[in-house]
Amino acid sequence: MSQAEKLKQGQFTNPETPGYVGFANLPNQVHRKSVKKGFEFTLMVVGESGLGKSTLINSLFLTDLYPERIIPGAAEKIERTVQIEASTVEIEERGVKLRLTVVDTPGYGDAINSQDCFSTIIAYIDDQFERYLHDESGLNRRHIVDNRVHCCFYFISPLGHGLKPLDVQFMKAIHNKVNVVPVIAKADTLTLRERERLKRRILDEIDEHGIKIYHLPDAESDEDEDFKEQTRILKASIPFAVVGSNQQIEAKGKKVRGRLYPWGVVEVENPEHNDFLKLRTMLITHMQDLQEVTQDLHYENFRSERLKRGGRLSSHGYILPLSPATVVHMKTQHLS
Amino acid sequence: MLFLYFCVFLFRCSFISSSLSRVWLVRPGPAAFFLPASRMSNVCANDHDDDLEGILSDFEDTQQGLEPQVQMEESEVEKIDEIPCTSNSSLEDHTRDHGFFGYVGIEAVLDQMRHKAMKTGFEFNVMVVGQSGLGKSTLMNTLFKSKVSRKSCTPDYEEKIHKTVHLQSVSHVIEEKGVKMKLTIIDTPGFGDQINNENCWDPIEKYINVQYEEYLKEELSINRKRRIPDTRVHCCVYFLPPSGHWLRPIDVEFMKRLGKIVNIVPVIAKADTLTIEERLEFRDRIKRDLEAYEISVYPQKEYDQDVEDQILNDKIREKIPFAVVGTDKEHQVNGNKILGRKTKWGIIEVENVAHCEFSDLRDLLIRSHLQDLKDITHNIHYETYRVRRLNEIKMNGIGLSPLMLVNSGSEKDDAGNHV
Repeated sequence: MSQAEKLKQGQFTNPETPGYVGFANLPNQVHRKSVKKGFEFTLMVVGESGLGKSTLINSLFLTDLYPERIIPGAAEKIERTVQIEASTVEIEERGVKLRLTVVDTPGYGDAINSQDCFSTIIAYIDDQFERYLHDESGLNRRHIVDNRVHCCFYFISPLGHGLKPLDVQFMKAIHNKVNVVPVIAKADTLTLRERERLKRRILDEIDEHGIKIYHLPDAESDEDEDFKEQTRILKASIPFAVVGSNQQIEAKGKKVRGRLYPWGVVEVENPEHNDFLKLRTMLITHMQDLQEVTQDLHYENFRSERLKRGGRLSSHGYILPLSPATVVHMKTQHLS
Repeated sequence: MLFLYFCVFLFRCSFISSSLSRVWLVRPGPAAFFLPASRMSNVCANDHDDDLEGILSDFEDTQQGLEPQVQMEESEVEKIDEIPCTSNSSLEDHTRDHGFFGYVGIEAVLDQMRHKAMKTGFEFNVMVVGQSGLGKSTLMNTLFKSKVSRKSCTPDYEEKIHKTVHLQSVSHVIEEKGVKMKLTIIDTPGFGDQINNENCWDPIEKYINVQYEEYLKEELSINRKRRIPDTRVHCCVYFLPPSGHWLRPIDVEFMKRLGKIVNIVPVIAKADTLTIEERLEFRDRIKRDLEAYEISVYPQKEYDQDVEDQILNDKIREKIPFAVVGTDKEHQVNGNKILGRKTKWGIIEVENVAHCEFSDLRDLLIRSHLQDLKDITHNIHYETYRVRRLNEIKMNGIGLSPLMLVNSGSEKDDAGNHV
């Protein structure tokens, strides 16, 4: 520990700013613990088949989440109901561990009659909340795994003129349960102008139907200008129009990830071509905030509702709210 | 134009895309006090350059490493070789496309966390216990370099022995380098001062449990607050009089009982009455007594999480109890203003490690283990209390709507894989 000792000498025997106590080091302590603990994040992707959801997830996290993909034929798809598939991957970078769970929803919007396709998804989200509530109220809370869905990317098809009725219905059904981030998929089918128009249209329709999508928190007044600028740009680009790809193409003498067309190369990480980088920045920079909103808003709503309802909790025991009598009893019992 | 600026910004945020494959060596970042060198990553040095001046050179190198890359991207001239990433961008866990390396930027999450932590501020509650006259209030003032003790707060304070132990808590919000802390000091005048000191620890035990209860109630209520106000005692500093002999029965009783519900940090008060040899002997005897009576003081052996922590904490355990001297008077020594006690035979410098161990105590409590104290209180002491209480409620089957326990007996595998 000689380096630490050396540092210690340098730090403490030299005259410090008088009055320096040292608890400004507290965020570093928190940092160190978080690095050790790592993070958990659950991302749900919802959208029709063929919108490039899996490719996008692979591109975002530079992994291959679905190594063996079998795309079912049309005949199978007719009868398919929506399934929930969750895959977990652990990403480590510079010592920081992220346990990422991606929840995929194959079969969404595939059936001829898509009336029912979101009930499975909503049941899944509720189930995760229920499990967390269950764990949180249990006796052994040391190893609670947080599988609640922190963010939902909703993929909008670029082919229409805005939101489809299914899109509206679905988003309205889940906007109170999870953070919804609308994403325009396969954005390379649109020219820039068409993209702007579609974005504006989608935002208008979102307003019109009262859908609450996830709003990026405003940058605080004491942040540096770069960060404020970045936040402004991000907010202005919602919904993000993205292109996903994991193939490396040679373009202008360097290798880029992109899609090769006879008329040119669409570069995934080129901000002029699409909003992929912005989406990734938003996700990473606001991962913490997404988790907090899930915990403080969506989960607390769920919990209040659940406790008010009372009754059976997923085949185990009961959780009932503390009645005023119980509270009084706890008080008297304690102070006697 | 804006996009170019945006590019620049992104890369400055160490957000390098895969087209710029470079060897990213993991540099052991600057070490914080008491920490082994490799723990902190480069990112955190960014915010606290003031108190890490000597160490910034390490970080500066990395900064330099970032800047040229920006130019590279913009000019698009350089030929990029594909160099595999080092083990820290570890890719062993999942399959990848061939020749596909890059960097996602997960560290940015830590930045956000730190930022939020700084914004919301921290709460820290310390309790000081010991006979009157041991310098408790003075020590608190010295630790936090402000007049935080109750003596400094009440306008016309008179020293008198209280008939019973009663607890007084004083709260302050102190700020340093943008970090706000709500510090509460709970004083226990009257402890150990009577002729018959039996059960003088009862009010203290009760106080601590009441704080746990408050927290538990808030946590269980239906519409609970976002940030439950934390009044639980994170640390209890117990003052041992510098007799030089051994632990007195009252010390043993107190620490035995309270060691189970709160983090106790014993200190030898007014250590300037002991010479260095006497100090070492006293400390050895105390350590032996602590072991013999099975008293667990902070840092507790059982809660060390990994080997590093253990090594670190073992070093601290060597030095417990710290022999401290407190003062708020400054004197001139060699042209510097130093906190110390001036006597005819010399000046006792409080922050000099050769004179007393005040610095070690301060580093432990504030600079390196503050968060750990809070975590152990929350994860272990509070949970123990909660389990006990919930079991009590369940067994008594109270009132109209019992709060029954869910899943009280079932095993839970550690992976807890719910998916």
